Amino acid sequence: MTTTHQADAVVDYDEALSRFDPVMGLEVHVELHTNTKMFCGCPTEFGAEPNSQVCPVCLGLPGALPVVNEKAVESAIRIGLALNCEIASWCRFARKNYFYPDMPKNFQTSQYDEPIAFEGYLDVDVDDGSGGTEVFRVEIERAHMEEDTGKSLHIGGATGRIHGADHSLVDYNRAGIPLIEIVTKPLVGAGARAPEVAKAYVAALRELLRALDVSDVKMEQGSMRCDANVSLRAKTGEPTSAEQLAVPLGTRTETKNVNSLRSVERAIRYEISRHAAVLDSGRSILQETRHWHEDTGVTTSGRVKSDADDYRYFPEPDLVPVAPSRELVEALAATLPEPPAERRKRLQNDWGYSDLEMRDVYNAGAAELIEQTVAAGASPAAARKWWLGEPSRRANEEATDLVSYAAGIGFTPATVAELDSLVRSGRLNDSMAREVLSGVLAGEGGPTAVADAKGLELKQDDGALEAAVDVVIAANPDVAAKISDGKVAAAGALIGQVMKAMKGQADAGKARELILAKLQ
Amino acid sequence: MSSLTRADVSHLAGLARIELSDAELDQMVGELGVIIESVAKVQQAPIGEVAPMSHPLPLTNVTRPDVVRPSLTPAQALSGAPASDQQRFSVPRILDEE
Repeated sequence: MTTTHQADAVVDYDEALSRFDPVMGLEVHVELHTNTKMFCGCPTEFGAEPNSQVCPVCLGLPGALPVVNEKAVESAIRIGLALNCEIASWCRFARKNYFYPDMPKNFQTSQYDEPIAFEGYLDVDVDDGSGGTEVFRVEIERAHMEEDTGKSLHIGGATGRIHGADHSLVDYNRAGIPLIEIVTKPLVGAGARAPEVAKAYVAALRELLRALDVSDVKMEQGSMRCDANVSLRAKTGEPTSAEQLAVPLGTRTETKNVNSLRSVERAIRYEISRHAAVLDSGRSILQETRHWHEDTGVTTSGRVKSDADDYRYFPEPDLVPVAPSRELVEALAATLPEPPAERRKRLQNDWGYSDLEMRDVYNAGAAELIEQTVAAGASPAAARKWWLGEPSRRANEEATDLVSYAAGIGFTPATVAELDSLVRSGRLNDSMAREVLSGVLAGEGGPTAVADAKGLELKQDDGALEAAVDVVIAANPDVAAKISDGKVAAAGALIGQVMKAMKGQADAGKARELILAKLQ
Repeated sequence: MSSLTRADVSHLAGLARIELSDAELDQMVGELGVIIESVAKVQQAPIGEVAPMSHPLPLTNVTRPDVVRPSLTPAQALSGAPASDQQRFSVPRILDEE
C-alpha cells in the first residue's frame, strides 16, 4: 500500500502505559521444511515458477484424496514437546470453510477443537530493568497442524491490495505446505515491556524451531509469520498484581503478518499507543484485523470481524484421525535438541560473557552467528565485538535483523573469523580491522583481499615503535613516574600517544608491553 | 433441530456468496427444513455410549512418507481454469473485504 493511509491518533507510549495495562496474544505460523506438502507429494521449494508444484489434491480437484505427511506429524509433535505441551493421543483434522480463492477447495484443512499439542509454555529472557535478565513465561494454548494457502496477486488496483483490484491471479504452489500454528494464551503481566516480551518470544520461538530443524524460519520469506493481538484494560496496579489481573480484558485487534522481530515490537508498541488514543477519546475499540506497514510504522484498518468469521468447521471426512502412540511420542522426545534456555546458559559460560553482554547478543539476534564464528576459530570476545558493531548498526539502519542483513550481503561467520585471525596474527590492529570491515561490508571482497587492496598491514618495525615509545616516555615524565610506581592503568595515555605517533600503524598491545617493560 | 429460520438461511447464503431472492429464501427455508428434519431422525438411533465418529472406518494414522511425487505441469494445472494469466489462475476480484 502507498503511504497515503489515514494516520490514526496515537498517545505517547509511556503515557498510555501510565493508564492502561496491555494484554497480548500471539499467533505464529511456521511453514515446515518437509520435502512435500501436508496432504500430497508435491514439492515445497520456495520460489518455484507459478503453479509448477501442484496436483489434483492441492488443487482440490474432484475425487482427489489427501494423505497425511508422516514427517509433518512428527515435526508437529516435536514442536509440541519442545514447547512443553501435552500431545494429544487422538486428534482430527477439520475443514475451515471460507469463501476466498487462496484455497482452491474453498476450505483450509486445519485442526479445530482437537489440536495435536496443547497446554505448554516457553520461557523467554527479558530485561529486568536493572541491567540483568529475568524469565517471562509465555503460556502456550495450542499448536496445531494445518496447510498454507496459495499466493494472490491483485491486479488492476493501485495498491496491490484487494481494495480496488479488478481480479486476482493465484499461484497454488504454497497451498498445502505444512503449517504449524502456535497460539499463546493471553500474555498478561508484561506491562510496559509487552512489546519487548513479544519480540523476545518470537525470537526464542524462532531459535527453538531452528534448533529443532523443522523449518527455515525465514520471516522475510514468510516461512515464519506472526499475528499480534493487542488489547488494553484500565491500569489498576502493578502489571502482575492480583487487582490488575482481575480486570476484564478489553477488545482486541489483530495485526496480521508482522514479519520481522523488529516489526513485532514496533507494531505492538504502535497498537498500544493507538488503542490508548481511541479509549481516551471515549470511543471503543473495533474488533478487527489491522495491516502493519513496515515503511511508515503504522497499522491500518483491515477487515472487521463479522459473519465471515463463521468458518463452519467440521471434521475432515477424507482423513482419518491422528493417534500418536506413546512410544512414538517418547521416541520423538529423545530427539529434542538442548533447550534454548539451557543452551544460552552454557554458551554464556563458554564464552565468558556478562549477563548484559549476553543479553545484547540475544537482542541483536547474534547468538548463532557468534557460535558459528567461534567454531570458525575466532575468540568469543572478538566475535561479539565484530557482530555487534558495524554489521548490527547497518542492519538496524536498514530496518532488518542481523541474520537477514548478513545473509543478504554474504557476510558470514567465516568472514568474521578471518578478520579476527588477521588481528590475532598481528597483521592488523583494531582501527585497521575496522577499515577492512567497512570494505568487506561494502562488498569489496573478503578481509584478506580488502586488507591487501588497501595496503593495510601493521608495521612490524619494532625499532620504529620502540623509538616512538622512548620519545613519548621522555615527553611525559610524570605519567612515566606513575607507571614506575605501579599505576599500570596510566599506561593508556602513553599508548594513545605512541599510536598517534605511529599514525595508527602499530600494534597497541606491543606498545603497551614496551612501555611497561621500560618503566617497571 | 427443525426450527430453521429465514435468518439462518439468509446467513448461510451470505457465507456461501449465493444471492437469493425473497421467494427463493422462502422456498429454501421450507426445503432445507425438510432435509434437516430427515437428518435429525438419526438422532433417534439408540447409540447408547457410542462416541461420535467422523469416519466409518476404524483406522488411525494413515500417513505417507515425505517423498516427492511428480506434480502436474503448469499447463495441466491450468487446463481446467476458466481464465488464467501469467501462469496463474485468474479469479474475479473479491468483494471489498480481505
